[in-house]
Amino acid sequence: MDYFIHIAILICIYIILAVSLNLIIGFTGQLNIGHAAFYGIGAYAAALLALSGQPFWLGLLAAMFFAGLGGLLISVPCLRLRGDYLAIATLGFGEIIRALMKNWTSLTRGPLGLPGIPSIEIFGITFSQPWQFLIIAALIAVIVVFLIRRMIKAPFGRVLRSIREDEIASQSLGKKIINYKVIAVVIGAMFAGVAGSLYAHYISFIDPTTFTLQETILMLCMVVLGGLGSIRGSIIGAALLIIIPEPLRFLSLPSSAAAALRQMLYAIILILIMLYRPQGLLGERRYTRNSNAVKKKRGVASA
Amino acid sequence: MLSRKSEVLQVLRVVDIYKHFGGIKAVNGAEFSVKKGEIVALIGPNGAGKTTVFNCITGFIQIDKGRIFFEGEDITNKRPEKIASMGLARTFQIIRLFPKMTVLENMMIAMRDQYEGLHHVFFSRKKMMEKQKEAEEKAIELLEFVGLEAKEDELAMNLSYGQQKLLEIAKTIATDAEFLMFDEPAAGVNLTMLKKISGLLKKLKEQGKTILFVEHNMEFVMNMADKVVVLDHGDEIAIGTPKQIKGNKKVIDAYLGGVQC
Repeated sequence: MDYFIHIAILICIYIILAVSLNLIIGFTGQLNIGHAAFYGIGAYAAALLALSGQPFWLGLLAAMFFAGLGGLLISVPCLRLRGDYLAIATLGFGEIIRALMKNWTSLTRGPLGLPGIPSIEIFGITFSQPWQFLIIAALIAVIVVFLIRRMIKAPFGRVLRSIREDEIASQSLGKKIINYKVIAVVIGAMFAGVAGSLYAHYISFIDPTTFTLQETILMLCMVVLGGLGSIRGSIIGAALLIIIPEPLRFLSLPSSAAAALRQMLYAIILILIMLYRPQGLLGERRYTRNSNAVKKKRGVASA
Repeated sequence: MLSRKSEVLQVLRVVDIYKHFGGIKAVNGAEFSVKKGEIVALIGPNGAGKTTVFNCITGFIQIDKGRIFFEGEDITNKRPEKIASMGLARTFQIIRLFPKMTVLENMMIAMRDQYEGLHHVFFSRKKMMEKQKEAEEKAIELLEFVGLEAKEDELAMNLSYGQQKLLEIAKTIATDAEFLMFDEPAAGVNLTMLKKISGLLKKLKEQGKTILFVEHNMEFVMNMADKVVVLDHGDEIAIGTPKQIKGNKKVIDAYLGGVQC
């Protein structure tokens, strides 16, 4: 039973990661391949505060703050330029953060990692049992998805999508595209920080090997599998890519082969999606009108 | 006092602007103005710098020298979004829509004051929703005006070329800008669509809009324009009514490649 709860918790964490990455890539069209870095910053910020005896919510806020700050630092210089500079910069940023985690030993203990991160405690209640943790993780995932959905459905989200579609046209309509791009990256990074904080408290041990480029690729796969610009898609993509490789565990393969097989599986899924369903399992949903009043009025006019 | 008044009447004033790309003198001292309520055509042979002038005016290209005034205000080398928000809307030579958004959304995003800030998502939700509904209604009215109302739920990428041109024009109207700039509105469309577009431009003029357009179709230019500005090698070689331009020797030489004397 605990095994299934474990899977469910991981799915919740990855839903947060995939949806926040989709905000940046799928909706705003900014290629971010350093999402694991924001995830890692969040995890370390939350872990360090928790280890120094601070409450969970403070660690969560710090995780959001520092991950968001990372997003701001990387996006302000890059997003002034047109093209794929952000992709390269975020790739580099991811490596820098990983190197920092590894080498800033006085803070992060380097490759030894940070063990013994306490479980979440809110109002004196400790959520140490897996099922208790699942409740917290699911609740936070729901809140994150809800917030991002709100943004996307509002005129704010419409501007983000217009930037993805055509930056120049968006500018010619008076949109301050740099501001919007920076906001999207910062918000995406902040939510990745939230996921990091959950991860740190759940696993109770973090080290730099968790927050690598491979992790970003996994998140990217989830977003692409589900569909760029589809929040439901990201949720389904996250769930599928966590569940699909699980049976590999029962094949009693040597652990090195299992890890490699996992990577291959992701690659195969990605290639198949690209070939047969480039819009992802769920395509982007079309906008539906709020007001029916006009339609009725027209009906009367034409009658 | 008098000069002030004339400035207000002039919606756009381009004063001796220069833009060189390396050795290429794309714009080389062009100078012209557009009065309120006028339809002005910007013509010239290929490579004369018409589109570059458009991009200079709208802030997409920074000019090297000269000044550009919009409704009396200096807009030289301001950012495109700043210039656009002052009430100037344009189309592009290559159609620039938002392909994977619906026709209705394409219209709505062109409108002003749509509560597009992030804070509105959470702090003025009710007002934002009301505004959305208003925008939808206005968008549909405008789509009816250009004859695209049946396509409101279609993705822009699925429209035909002519319909996309119409949508681009409709979007500039949706911005409520008083000054509209069209880069080749009639290029590549069939005769029916051409008539539709010219009818549309005339209606816009009746509504008091000021229009500047680039076009190669001479019949369209002669029919539509109150004033024609002819560019060659990035400089204006003639300005006048369509009639005057038709008989201008310099213009004929520029088009037919004659030697100027």
